[in-house]
Amino acid sequence: MSDILLKVEKLETWLGDGDRPVRAVDGVDLTIRKGETFALLGESGCGKSMTALSIMRLLPPVGRIKGGQVLLGKTSLLDLPEYAMREERGGRMAMIFQEPMTSLNPVLTIGQQIGEAVRIREGADKKTRDQRIIELLNSVGIPDPARRVHEYPHQLSGGMKQRVMIAMALAGHPELLIADEPTTALDVTIQAQVLTLLKELQQKTGMAILLITHDLGVVSEVADRVAVMYAGQIIEVADAKRFFQQPQHPYSEKLFQSLPDSNKRTQRLAVIKGTVPALNQTFTACRFMDRCHRAFEACHQAPGWTQLQSDEGVRCHLAGQAAHWLPDQKQVQSQQPVDEVGRQSPLLDVKDLKVHFPIHKGIFKRIVGHVKAVDGVSLAIAPGKTLALVGESGCGKTTVGKGILQLLKPTAGLVAFESDELTQLSAQALRKRRADLQIIFQDPMASMNPRMLVGDIIEEGMRAQGVARSSTQRRERTLQLLEQVGLPEDSASRYPHEFSGGQRQRICVARALAVDPKLIICDEPTSALDVSVQAQILNLLKSLQQSRGLAYLFITHNISVVAYLADEVAVMYLGRIVERGAVEQLLTEPKHPYTQALLSAVPLVDSEAKRAVIRLEGDMPSPANPPAGCHFHPRCPVAMAECQKAYPELRALPDGRFVSCFKVQEGL
Amino acid sequence: MMGEWVILWTDALIFILVFFSIAFGYYAAGKEHLRGPWRLVVRSRVGVSTLVILSFYVIVGLLDSIHFHPLLPSKDQAGQQTQSAEVISLFDHLVTPLRVRQEKTYSAPLATHLYAKENIELASGEVIRDYPRLTYGGAHLQHPDQEWSRDIWRLTGIGVLKGLLVSVVVTNILIALLAGRWKTSFGAVAKVLIKEQTTVPWRVLLATLSSVILVLFWCVELSSHYHILGTDKVGEDVFYQALKSIRTGLLIGTLTTLVMLPAAILLGIMAGYFRGWVDDVIQYTYTTLNSIPGVLLIAAAILMLQIYMSNHADEFNSLVERADLRLLFLCIILGVTSWTGLCRLLRGEAMKLREADYVQAAVAFGVGHFTIIVRHILPNVLHIVLITVVLDFSGLVLAEAVLSYVNIGVDPTMNSWGNMINSARLEMAREPVVWWSLLASMLFMFILVLSANLFSDVVRDAFDPRLRSSR
Repeated sequence: MSDILLKVEKLETWLGDGDRPVRAVDGVDLTIRKGETFALLGESGCGKSMTALSIMRLLPPVGRIKGGQVLLGKTSLLDLPEYAMREERGGRMAMIFQEPMTSLNPVLTIGQQIGEAVRIREGADKKTRDQRIIELLNSVGIPDPARRVHEYPHQLSGGMKQRVMIAMALAGHPELLIADEPTTALDVTIQAQVLTLLKELQQKTGMAILLITHDLGVVSEVADRVAVMYAGQIIEVADAKRFFQQPQHPYSEKLFQSLPDSNKRTQRLAVIKGTVPALNQTFTACRFMDRCHRAFEACHQAPGWTQLQSDEGVRCHLAGQAAHWLPDQKQVQSQQPVDEVGRQSPLLDVKDLKVHFPIHKGIFKRIVGHVKAVDGVSLAIAPGKTLALVGESGCGKTTVGKGILQLLKPTAGLVAFESDELTQLSAQALRKRRADLQIIFQDPMASMNPRMLVGDIIEEGMRAQGVARSSTQRRERTLQLLEQVGLPEDSASRYPHEFSGGQRQRICVARALAVDPKLIICDEPTSALDVSVQAQILNLLKSLQQSRGLAYLFITHNISVVAYLADEVAVMYLGRIVERGAVEQLLTEPKHPYTQALLSAVPLVDSEAKRAVIRLEGDMPSPANPPAGCHFHPRCPVAMAECQKAYPELRALPDGRFVSCFKVQEGL
Repeated sequence: MMGEWVILWTDALIFILVFFSIAFGYYAAGKEHLRGPWRLVVRSRVGVSTLVILSFYVIVGLLDSIHFHPLLPSKDQAGQQTQSAEVISLFDHLVTPLRVRQEKTYSAPLATHLYAKENIELASGEVIRDYPRLTYGGAHLQHPDQEWSRDIWRLTGIGVLKGLLVSVVVTNILIALLAGRWKTSFGAVAKVLIKEQTTVPWRVLLATLSSVILVLFWCVELSSHYHILGTDKVGEDVFYQALKSIRTGLLIGTLTTLVMLPAAILLGIMAGYFRGWVDDVIQYTYTTLNSIPGVLLIAAAILMLQIYMSNHADEFNSLVERADLRLLFLCIILGVTSWTGLCRLLRGEAMKLREADYVQAAVAFGVGHFTIIVRHILPNVLHIVLITVVLDFSGLVLAEAVLSYVNIGVDPTMNSWGNMINSARLEMAREPVVWWSLLASMLFMFILVLSANLFSDVVRDAFDPRLRSSR
């Protein structure tokens, strides 16, 4: 066929040498047509980035391509000498990476960096080059490009940097753009902007996009075709629409089931048991067999590729039978007794919490201003309930958590926990009280001392709080906790780095539980984890809440997790809560324009329920210098004159929720 | 032969250091994060070969750090053995011939005659002006001009032969030990070793060890009849001086770090962890200290010490003790001026670590500051400390040479490479040039500093997590 742009055949990439090299890519076939968006979906460590790097021939020094063929048009990329390959990179194909922060050189202006790409591709004299740079910046939607050309990367926000990266990639008029998790490091509203931009550019230039991602939502938003990768192989290729209706491979099926959403609130999320097998072995059986819920005898023989339709296929013995699969038995959890929020006296009552960081300047370090990270937040959590704190990065939600825990000294405000006012407690009394409030961090690896054994890590809190006096008691309790979070007993005498991401987060949960807390602040506990692992942790948190009556303050930006887990939601913007209410209410019918925009930007897996994305212009302003009046008004689609003058109070609506918006309050 | 033991200040410290190193090794063996990098070190070829050379230096230095009063051969009236007032070390005792065979003045390496003409009275009573024969160097030769070169070759041959013999024995012992440990046959181990299929590069280790042994035996054989590196102005063997200087160099390199470590670690971590006024005070302290020229501070301290010592001469039993105290002070003052670099590094690292999630988690548990520092921060900065110590070592050895050259280093009576270079200044100016003192000190220092530098490179690579991940 003539419209095939990229054809990869039996690509094999090995990492490291010696007896057991890691077969990161193990016989991958894929074809990308001109002008289509092809999504390569997979969990971390499945080899999707390595596939992209092999195509670009940008492998790290330890990696080498063992076999296979990559055809771009008629050129065989793997046979090209390096100098010719340089022509292709940035020429017919370009790549953008996950971290826009590290992909740009911090000491060169963005004009210089884009200019370099233009110079290599087009030569041209300085004047036409400058024109072309501005043209490129314009095409990726950067406002006021003539001025931006002279700015340095640190002066741009994350979304802007990613746009600059795209502009650089566009400099060579690529036919294929490889985007390696281009929006993973960005907030949902920015992610929506970048995805729309990619779509628009594709329509304009007719380039093909190889989109590498782990996010099913992103795939459903933009992809035309999907390939699912597992353990170095492609296990399913399908048309995107068909894929979301009926996944053919048991792994894809499970991935969908493990996604949290509000409909699954009463049940446990489906989990894929076990972990991805190590890739430094030769497989004879199906790679997914040990984790597969549909495995049978034939699976001991590795399945071949079954072509289902012209360009769809699956690597499974059960190929083509998916239509007859019945939905799994739902493991319905006992519904907790519904009681009104607010009837009980709250466990934690935060009133007007403020955390300001002073900005020092000059040799005498005079205070010239404050970063108002948290600027008057009030919230309350009842025992055994979950409050989700939602917002984009930089809105101060983590600072709220740390302020409540007194890890950061609040500038003002009250934090009442049961009968105690935490901000007024003496250091000694606070130390005793700390057993009741615990925290789980986003990155489980960073939150454990790599030099300590898991047993010691879990015991640390017990020792500090004097929970179990003797060392045998502590040891016993540690083993109990490990069992509770579903880890084997011998974990206690191993180091954190010997565990997988999900297991590490379990250890962190066990550590927090060790001192019998009443409230756990979960600071994005699942955002560093894969979908299937996320489901495990969410299940664990939910069952712990039921068995121990824990209250959670769940800090996250992931709306689907909120829908699954939370009882109440508070949406933060620039250090303040803009809307607060019960979860069903708020998610189904958001009132505040920011909440509406935030929710509409979340990519939905369910492709049927497409809705108009409310595009927010620009980025969140700096909390050091918030806009006058309503903080949101410069980006607000329904802003009024009044909004520039005063900040709207957080007022209760008749339906019980709180909103701080003049427009909403006006409409009453 | 040995009388009363004498424990000098530096001896005591060096053995404390050895004790702590062994204790740390024992501690590290149980911790994977410390053992792992060391395993990488001994698996690197450069690592093992420099380790062999360094351990030769260390052995000489340690032997030279055991001091005692030698017994005199004569007995006193009561029939008791008397001991000399002089203090010598075990190493001195082992190389007694080198120490006692003093010539009259300069003689070139391997020479049989002095380097300067003198009036010699012949048996006939006639006085001629010629180069006189040495008392010890080549004294066994009847006709030096004819027999000399053959004798040198003969001794070289014997030395190399003995050396080969010993290295073959050592190799066989090692292979036998390995065979016992791996539970395979002797031949199989030998084959694996020669093909270098082992994780630890035993072949490189054996090769280095054999060359060290060869050179050692060659030197022993030659120096039994000659001064292989000549003699100095007062006729002392230069080879002996260079060997004696090893201890001084090692001491300066290690004790100085020992002195500075507690201050650097404690203050650096405190500054980074507590921030606020603690940080300000510590930062201002080290910035101030850093802006005073180190040499001035050292000169002032050493001169003060000198005056103290000359005013209280009766407090010191021997010259050795006096020189030793001065060395110790030099170490201390060098330590005082050199802790700032490490302190600054540790401050930055502690500042980063205090924001780490696991430290925050510990605070959330109500763990005390001291426990957090000891349990969470200190183990995570230890690799920086180790890298700094190893990297600083060679710099300090060179610093000693420079300081002694400008006369504010170790005591002039003490053997050190710096002193040798210092005296060579005059020797280079005379005609004909006396070049061997300078060469000898340079050679010994060069080998030590080069191996220390190579070794520290290996250690740094092994401990630096960024470099490790790229391998």
